[in-house]
Amino acid sequence: MRKQEFARGIRDGIPICLGYFSVSVAFGMTAVLAGMPLWAAVLISLTNLTSAGQFAGTNLMIAGGGMAELALTTLVINIRYFLMSLSVSQKVERGMGLGKRLAVAFGITDEIFAVSMQHPGELTAPYMAGLILTPVLGWTGGTLVGGAATSVMPPALSGALGIALYGMFIAVIIPPARQERSVLYTVLLAVAASLAFTCLPVLKKVGSGWSIIIITVAVSALMAWLFPRKEEEDAK
Amino acid sequence: MSTGYLFAGIAVMALVTYLVRVLPMAIFRKKIHNRFVQSFLYYVPYAVLSAMTFPAIFDSTGSRLGAAAGCVAALVLAYFRKGLLLVAVGAAAAAFLVQAAGL
Repeated sequence: MRKQEFARGIRDGIPICLGYFSVSVAFGMTAVLAGMPLWAAVLISLTNLTSAGQFAGTNLMIAGGGMAELALTTLVINIRYFLMSLSVSQKVERGMGLGKRLAVAFGITDEIFAVSMQHPGELTAPYMAGLILTPVLGWTGGTLVGGAATSVMPPALSGALGIALYGMFIAVIIPPARQERSVLYTVLLAVAASLAFTCLPVLKKVGSGWSIIIITVAVSALMAWLFPRKEEEDAK
Repeated sequence: MSTGYLFAGIAVMALVTYLVRVLPMAIFRKKIHNRFVQSFLYYVPYAVLSAMTFPAIFDSTGSRLGAAAGCVAALVLAYFRKGLLLVAVGAAAAAFLVQAAGL
């Protein structure tokens, strides 16, 4: 039973692993080309397990940025994980020990969060272990491969793979949006707000880390107020 | 870039990132029963993933047109409830084909 859960986590983690591999190959290549030692690029991927956050941090370090600047940039870009972790904390199995919770927290990324949210039922520790392990291997391994052989993939191919992770997000949001009116409104409203933050003169100045947070909090709160959910609906 | 600087910088990044992830997991060890909070957390994934995908998806490949083709492919596949991997690979394949065609 527990073993099956772990295997299922590994299986669900494979698409994330493939997507991560291609993106982190690009990260390894750019970091090493920009003058970062290979070991440092690999260590960043292994310990941070983020995309935008570590890209920005790496750029800052290459530019010789200070520690406070580095901490603040990382915080702003990654603070969305706070909300994701909060959602995950409500979905993990009852009675999961603190040690396991601390370990699961390490692996909360956009994609692992997305997959665990569409996983039916509670999240068990072995499932999460499998779901986190494969992407970590892909992310770290891709950085190593990309950095070690700085032209391992033709640019056209690695470029096209950049869209794979967004494809996964679309696969997570569309089916429930078809089924539930309130989810559809959430999606449309968030997209509209995100476009506004990209195009409108004043909103454009807000950094992307902040704008994601603002949109998520505002849209989710509005929808929770307009379309509160019944207790049973969340049990599924 | 000295080795010491790199180690310190990587440690700062890793620590900040982990703190953001671990605080909710360490603090909220019980189920929250408040209906508003439950509803709020139910909508969070859809809001955050939608905002992250659009319009960023259109800049995710070398060409706008390729990315648009990939986006349409993903939307169609997801509409017909295809799995995560198929939607992701389908999007990349569509983007690659459009780029390879030199459009």
